[in-house]
Amino acid sequence: MTAQSATRPAPGRIESAFRTAREAGRSLLVPYITGGYPGWTEAVQAAVAAGADAVEIGIPFSDPVMDGPVIQQASQLALDNGVTPQLVLDEVRRLQVGVPLIVMTYYNLVHHDGVHRFADRLASAGISGCILPDLPLEEAGPWCEAADAAGLETILLAAPTAPDERLPRIVERTRGFVYSVGLLGVTGERSELAATATALAARLTAITDVPVLVGVGVSNAEQAVEACRVADGVIMGASVVRRLMEGGPDAVGAYISEVRQALDAE
Amino acid sequence: MTTLENQIPPTATDFESEQDSMVVPGADGRFGEFGGRFVPETLVPACHELEAGFNEAWADPEFRAELHKVLAEYAGRPSMLTQCHNLSAQLGIRLILKREDLNHTGSHKINNVLGQVLLAKRMGKTRIVAETGAGQHGVASATAAALLGLECKVYMGAVDVERQALNVFRMKLLGAEVEAVHSGSRTLKDAVNEAMRDWVATVGDTHYCLGSVMGPHPYPFMVRQFHRVIGSEARTQCREIYGGDPDVVAACVGGGSNAIGIFSGFIDTKARLIGVEPEGGAAVGRAQPGVVHGMRTYLMQDEYGQVEEAHSVSAGLDYPGVGPEHSYLASIGRAEYPTVNDAEVLEAFVLMARSEGIIPALECAHSLAWIVREAPHIQGQTVLMNLSGRGDKDVAQVMDILK
Repeated sequence: MTAQSATRPAPGRIESAFRTAREAGRSLLVPYITGGYPGWTEAVQAAVAAGADAVEIGIPFSDPVMDGPVIQQASQLALDNGVTPQLVLDEVRRLQVGVPLIVMTYYNLVHHDGVHRFADRLASAGISGCILPDLPLEEAGPWCEAADAAGLETILLAAPTAPDERLPRIVERTRGFVYSVGLLGVTGERSELAATATALAARLTAITDVPVLVGVGVSNAEQAVEACRVADGVIMGASVVRRLMEGGPDAVGAYISEVRQALDAE
Repeated sequence: MTTLENQIPPTATDFESEQDSMVVPGADGRFGEFGGRFVPETLVPACHELEAGFNEAWADPEFRAELHKVLAEYAGRPSMLTQCHNLSAQLGIRLILKREDLNHTGSHKINNVLGQVLLAKRMGKTRIVAETGAGQHGVASATAAALLGLECKVYMGAVDVERQALNVFRMKLLGAEVEAVHSGSRTLKDAVNEAMRDWVATVGDTHYCLGSVMGPHPYPFMVRQFHRVIGSEARTQCREIYGGDPDVVAACVGGGSNAIGIFSGFIDTKARLIGVEPEGGAAVGRAQPGVVHGMRTYLMQDEYGQVEEAHSVSAGLDYPGVGPEHSYLASIGRAEYPTVNDAEVLEAFVLMARSEGIIPALECAHSLAWIVREAPHIQGQTVLMNLSGRGDKDVAQVMDILK
């Protein structure tokens, strides 16, 4: 592992917590839950109680191009129920969970609000970080500056298609951790962990000591364990949201508990 | 004009003059403050590869010659001009049509598709995906894929699949797979989302054959370049046949590819450039910038930034955004973007059929509807209208409405 870059600022809340956990030998587990879906706040609490290290909260958008059928369906149902970004953030403010909360949404909701106003809204709701999957490195400048100013960590994605020269630039600009996209494709459960998941995570851990988490296509405890042999942790989306849709918050808690135990047993 | 060489403008001079009149976006893909490349990280390298591949091909006389040859021998270019004598007399203007409806597959879409599929093949891709609204771009894509031997999958909103059943069958007949998209508003915008999701997963062997001057850079630029042939031909034809440039150039705007194609021939003239939007799909009319489908552009959205659904009588214009170059042309005041309503459009559709014996696509009836409304204010002027598609596909739908 290379030394921490001289140009990176001091780690924020997410990166500090993740570094501490990593040093203690703990694999990081970050579930994704669609904000505004019935029972979502209870699901966040259940996930944290079951051992999540942070929670990614989706703010539903009308055109979620990085999401597969399960998360699309959950988002659409929330939108049909009249859920707005502010309604989700109002509920976030009331959540007392003791782990960092990260917003995942699409850039138009940010752009529409204005980067500074949106960043301030997230920060004042108690959000620690933000993931915008349709905002690649070259377009991320104005948002990243606004987020930095508001004390929010902007997590950038790295994809298996990235040439070698691109990864150091992503790693340099990301905050919190680097989101290592597990496969070529959108969110959703797969029967096996793609070979690209561990390959990209290995490329990233070779060039940075910023925590590397694999997300997209990590679909069960076994795959989470496999990914964490190379990466520092995993983000699990569709498999969590499906359990929320099928079995409610308790099913989410039981699932996260199962994954946590599998990771800790390694 | 007997030889092919005489019919097709020489490629080298084409390229020189193009650089003078229209914006050539830099690495950031911007037309003024519009455009860009807002795509998932997975697709960024693919966009870079496409940009390099296109620039290299476009500068290669061999590629340009190959494209010109297929446009001439297969698509039927150049398309002719038709003066509408009856409508001209009725309206008190000189109305001239650029007959893109006479191209193979019945619309201007073939220009772009032949360009992109030739390029995809040159770049070693074996499969294309496409989105379609009315079905014209889907049919054109399926056609080009059949001609050039590529696999083709077309995404089409479930609502549009119902509205345009005949085009769905056409695509299947041409060997394409058609998938109905049931997410979101189940129209064109959702078909774009689904095509992008496919491309994210298949980017190694697949080219996304986007159907309009929209999406992430280089699409808005590349698709415009492939449609410039409309404007270049029309400019030469107007000067040869009518001895000058038109006073007004009108075209319908959904994403805006046929409009940018014909505008590009007259951007440096005194002609008024008119892009006609449907009332229920007035992205430029509302003038609110947003980011969707890879680009920053004027976008119909609610107070929170959720993208709204477009509604009009024509599936091909039911798009809540618009190509970023149109947002730019509107923002600098070079082009105007009025709206017309469905009732005006249906009247215009019937008017053209009865007066000229030409059944226009419902999309193009939007342009005529504006011309009819504007006619009292532009008496004696020459109006060039891009008749970008034929109306056969719309006849069943109009029959139901007029019953």
